[in-house]
Amino acid sequence: MKILVAVKRVIDYNVQIRVKEDGSGVITDNVKMSTNPPDDNAIEEAVKIKEAGKASEVIAVTVGEEKAQETVRKALAVGADRGILVKVDGVIEPLAVSKILQKIVDKEKPDLVFMGKQAIDDDCNQTGQMLAALLNWPQATFASKIEVKEKSLEVTREIDEGLETIEVKMPSIVTCDLRLNEPRYASLPNIMKAKKKPIEQINATDLGVDTKPRIEQIKVEEPPKRKAGIKVASVEELVQKLKNEAKVI
Amino acid sequence: MSRETMEYDVVIIGGGPSGLSTAIKLKQLNSNLNICLLEKASEIGAHILSGNVFETRALDELLPNWKELNSPIKTKVSKEKFLFLGKTKSLSWPTWLLPSVQQNHKNYIISLANLCRWLAEQAEGLGVEIFPGFPASEILYNDDGSVKGVATQDMGIDKEGNKKDSFEPGIELLGKVTVFAEGCRGHLGKQLIKKFELDKGKDPQQYGIGFKEIWEIGEKTHDEGLVMHTAGWPLDNNTYGGSFIYHAENKQVFLGYVIGLDYKNPHLSPFDEFQRFKTHPAIKKIIEGGKRISYGARALIEGGYQSLPKMFMPGALLVGCDAGTLNMPKIKGSHTAMKSGIIAAETIDEHLKSQKSLSIYEEKFKNSWLNEELYKARNVKPSFSWGLILGIIFTGIDQILFRGKLPFTLKHKHADHETLKLANEMPKIDYPKPDNVITFDKTSSVYLTGTNHSDNQPVHLQLKDPNLPISYTLDKFDEPAQRYCPAGVYEVQKENDVNKFVINSQNCIHCKTCDIKEPSQNINWVTPEGGGGPKYGNM
Repeated sequence: MKILVAVKRVIDYNVQIRVKEDGSGVITDNVKMSTNPPDDNAIEEAVKIKEAGKASEVIAVTVGEEKAQETVRKALAVGADRGILVKVDGVIEPLAVSKILQKIVDKEKPDLVFMGKQAIDDDCNQTGQMLAALLNWPQATFASKIEVKEKSLEVTREIDEGLETIEVKMPSIVTCDLRLNEPRYASLPNIMKAKKKPIEQINATDLGVDTKPRIEQIKVEEPPKRKAGIKVASVEELVQKLKNEAKVI
Repeated sequence: MSRETMEYDVVIIGGGPSGLSTAIKLKQLNSNLNICLLEKASEIGAHILSGNVFETRALDELLPNWKELNSPIKTKVSKEKFLFLGKTKSLSWPTWLLPSVQQNHKNYIISLANLCRWLAEQAEGLGVEIFPGFPASEILYNDDGSVKGVATQDMGIDKEGNKKDSFEPGIELLGKVTVFAEGCRGHLGKQLIKKFELDKGKDPQQYGIGFKEIWEIGEKTHDEGLVMHTAGWPLDNNTYGGSFIYHAENKQVFLGYVIGLDYKNPHLSPFDEFQRFKTHPAIKKIIEGGKRISYGARALIEGGYQSLPKMFMPGALLVGCDAGTLNMPKIKGSHTAMKSGIIAAETIDEHLKSQKSLSIYEEKFKNSWLNEELYKARNVKPSFSWGLILGIIFTGIDQILFRGKLPFTLKHKHADHETLKLANEMPKIDYPKPDNVITFDKTSSVYLTGTNHSDNQPVHLQLKDPNLPISYTLDKFDEPAQRYCPAGVYEVQKENDVNKFVINSQNCIHCKTCDIKEPSQNINWVTPEGGGGPKYGNM
């Protein structure tokens, strides 16, 4: 069984995001980049399944600029066998990524495709679902537990009401929640070994996919600043303020 | 449990200007050498903080074609100002009356973090293996006592010291020579200096704490290439310190403050002095209407020539400010750190090729411009122990008339942790509340550093005696850790009327001030899990 895992390079979750002065986007120069956190969970789960003897190969794939290769290297350092970088410069939307991944699936013929439930940069939460539609495969989203059966998966999903357990036939798409597992650290010797693992580079244009953006971004701006809090002297004053100023009771 | 071992010709600890210069020079001298460089930050540059007005002398020697290599050295210094600040007034000091070491017209305003990122690219291009996110936590010794290498930190240990599911043991990295380039108050360098008595016969090391903020300001007040320094207010005559304001590219201003850690009043809060400094009319008018986009702090070396330890020992060398090569009157340490790395590389190359002793490092150092520079600068910092005014008068005589060649050397008398006076003997200082426009509190400042340490790990700020902060330091010195820490790591909280010392180690921005200034040397800074700490951008 082959597992394809899609990973994305995003601004590190600890970095304080700054909006460009002209409102055209956020500043990415000299900013620490990392793997999208739930994608780390996706890789970890695939590697665990392989270590349990239930998969034979884990392939990490990313779509993006040349530097996105780092994200694939990181996946190789924690146990993926080989990598694919589909090169695209500039903005790329979930639909285009899904179409590219569809081409990669056609070529690699994996039994499972894993990825994070959403990316922390644009929070779209669309790629897995769109890929499932394009391939006409079943999908299990927001997975917090995955059990591999003979020809299907039993997946526990994190939903608003609690947990939902479903069974999906393979081949299928699974998008992973942060609760799925605790990703391992890349050890120094494994980082060294990862440098020797192959990464295939493909140009998106060679796949015949139109990556032109379909969405026009009008403006990016910072959220409004929160006003400083105030201290009230008594319960009466608090109630009075909630009634008359905040108008919430 | 035995750890895996990896062998190299040279192992370098720290990816700052000194470590990276050592690596690059070594590869230039012998491209066959296997070199690895460890960095505790999540990426090269993320723990680097510096002014920085850069003198290119060492870089000209290391990479003479740096201008063609798309280096991030772009903004030439075009104008200089020096101001003495009174509480509301300022007096401009003519630049021709400044000692030549403080003249910057050939220098550049840069981000040292970005310079290090670029140096790392050059090093990797030459085949150096760079591993960010891996702190060296332990020195390894051979049976004969010589340094064998280092071990990286175990990953995946919980608060109580138990292994988590994600546990990943550290690795032993062995080098024919190990180079320690951790920067000011490196936690391994500190152990080596003690073990090999490298500071024997030297004056106690002197430190400062440096703050830096980056502001984006309007076109009207921005003056690209302008370098400005101030002395005086808000510090009193007896406290050593001053500010820098550098107008960099992209309408940014690098604004910072340095205070000598030999200050005496335990009520002094370096952070609040820096915040207050910005309210001076001469400073406020520059940043008013602008936006603060970065904050950070780091301890720096001020001891210079008299305090410089021996920099070689069996199997290992110290470079840069892990030893203390900063030139204080010049307010520059990057070019000297790089030069010490270049000399270290030449030493190692001869050592490996023709078995010469590592002690030739000292001779090479003595014959270099680096030694001459530090020698000439040696009397400036100690003269300020007489106060700002006498210090300036003496420095004028020493630097302008005698060009650093006076036939005597002033001593540094005390280590910085010995200088605090008792809290009840010193005046309390009433700092103004932050206005969140020009001045800020520590919490919102630390937020800008992107600092994070994973929650469930042992506290990396170790107390030798856990009761001492409350039983002794609070009573005698009003626990100054609450004030000297620039990140609000240390707090004294009252719980049911009992005082409790709280360490918020996840906020630590790795400045090392606590390790230096704690009056009983009770705090030991050790490396946290790899990748923790600040994520500075272009600091």
